[in-house]
Amino acid sequence: MARLVVLGGGVSGHTAATFAAEWLGSAHEVVVVTPNAKWNWIPSNIWVGVGQMTKEEVTFDLAPVYAKAGIIYHQAKALGIHPEGNETSDKPYVVVESTEAGKAGQIENIEYDYLINATGPKLNFAATPGLGDANGLGEFTVSVCTADHAVHANEELHKCIEKMKKGERQKFLIGTGHGMCTCQGAAFEYIFNIEHELNKAGVRDMADIKWISNESFLGDFGVGGLHMKAMGFAVSSKIFAESLFAERNVDWIIGAHVNKVEKGKVHYELLDGSMGEEEFDFSMLIPPFAGVGLKAINKAGEDITATIFAPNGFMKVDANYAAGAYENWKASDWPSTYQNPTYGNVFACGIAFAPPHPISKPMSSPNGTPINPTPPRTGMPSGIMGKAVAHSVCDRILKGPDAPLHEASMAHMGAACVASAGKGLFTGTAAAMTIYPVVPDFEKYPGTGRDTEYTFGEIGLAGHWIKHILHHLFIWKAKLKPGWTLIPE
Amino acid sequence: MSKYGEKNIRAYGNNFTTMTPGPVAKWLRTCLIFQAIRFVIINIKMLVVVSKSH
Ligand SMILES: Cc1cc2nc3c(=O)[nH]c(=O)nc-3n(C[C@H](O)[C@H](O)[C@H](O)COP(=O)(O)OP(=O)(O)OC[C@H]3O[C@@H](n4cnc5c(N)ncnc54)[C@H](O)[C@@H]3O)c2cc1C
Repeated sequence: MARLVVLGGGVSGHTAATFAAEWLGSAHEVVVVTPNAKWNWIPSNIWVGVGQMTKEEVTFDLAPVYAKAGIIYHQAKALGIHPEGNETSDKPYVVVESTEAGKAGQIENIEYDYLINATGPKLNFAATPGLGDANGLGEFTVSVCTADHAVHANEELHKCIEKMKKGERQKFLIGTGHGMCTCQGAAFEYIFNIEHELNKAGVRDMADIKWISNESFLGDFGVGGLHMKAMGFAVSSKIFAESLFAERNVDWIIGAHVNKVEKGKVHYELLDGSMGEEEFDFSMLIPPFAGVGLKAINKAGEDITATIFAPNGFMKVDANYAAGAYENWKASDWPSTYQNPTYGNVFACGIAFAPPHPISKPMSSPNGTPINPTPPRTGMPSGIMGKAVAHSVCDRILKGPDAPLHEASMAHMGAACVASAGKGLFTGTAAAMTIYPVVPDFEKYPGTGRDTEYTFGEIGLAGHWIKHILHHLFIWKAKLKPGWTLIPE
Repeated sequence: MSKYGEKNIRAYGNNFTTMTPGPVAKWLRTCLIFQAIRFVIINIKMLVVVSKSH
């Protein structure tokens, strides 16, 4: 009997674990180690953050789902990996610390034959002074990265709405809280959902809404922007994004590294090296992401974290980490099997793998401060990677250790994204987009780097309907309800 | 209505060089019949990209 241990029960890890359990059956063990008792459909946190959904609508209990799937579930967080075992045993294992009520803090070793690291991001609020505490519930700004954060954000938003109803003008500042952030899409959704809700509440004219981000142009989204086919043109996402911002009367500051947050004020540095300040009454700034801080120890008890993990804490996989300057970047730098180069039975997928470099062109201010988006790994690629890695592990368990690995490079896959711009069955809108491939391949698609036959975007009510249907579809899938394997990632 | 998006443009400001939707483009975004058709088309386009990516 072989044992697969999956660290992290988020989008990527849950996909990997559930498919592995389905393919392996009861002859082998699938173990999930994840600190939360509940699964969260993170994209819908945006709607929790404006009071259009409750926390209960975007989360569900993991234990019954894993029990149904025959998955062994540890509500715990992984602390370290011992890929060579220790002095007394050659068997690799992970050290985990329980987060379960009544058992919290208890340490346990779990042995594995194969390990999938899908621990996602550490929300690194500490990178910017004042952005937030370790829980992310900052004193001065709010977040929508977890369902609890989003509940808090909605409470703060409604305090502002009440003030506006009493005639007090409010300033909203939404975007990224550091020069090296990713996930601009989530902030983009949140700013337009706020704008939509303020309109509905009849207080839009009392609000000044501003975007602040590390993108060098609006519509970069961490993927270096994209050209979409529209009206017979290949139109840059910059035009579309600026158009929406103008239409909804939202001003912007771009190329900004937020370096300090105080009560009601952010301090930032721009790409031209100048410094600025912006005041706010309500602010949601996405924190930068880092790896969750797993340690790696070899058989002799030496720390080999730097061998297995990149300096940002994400796990090294089959990527080209020596690509160097932007001019040398190639689509083939991006990993395809997500296998760790040192330990062949260890894989990383979703946000947990270390990307070879950004997708957007790297930039820095004359003061040497890097200000550019880091690469996003959104839901669809994270799910596809999780499934591919699970497939590889299952083949190696069932067909032998030399079974070929499955591939899912972000340079060969596309992504469908639906960015909400306001919720409502008849009044909602969302930007429905596809991008192919996620990582531009300028050799294959000279000029735009992408196939404009399969890269498109449009905003409208249809996009909102799709977003709402996807909410129910993905929760259905994650709960392993009938037909779940047929729903694509 | 016709000045729906244009009114927010500020001369030589951040948003002076972009495009803004006219009344028809704006209306079509929430026109039920048009959006029902777009719903089908967008779904097909997305499924093509999804199938190319698996
Ligand atoms: C507000 C918001 C909105 C978004 N909207 C969209 C969208 O509309 N479309 C889209 O495609 N993407 C969206 N995304 C991105 C999407 O959520 C991510 O791409 C996706 O969640 C990444 O999956 P993952 O499994 O890598 O990480 P996660 O889903 O974050 O999962 C990581 C898991 O690992 C667990 N973990 C953490 N530390 C440890 C540890 N030490 N040991 C074990 N487990 C650990 C975490 O608790 C979590 O369960 C959004 C993100 C945010 C924040």
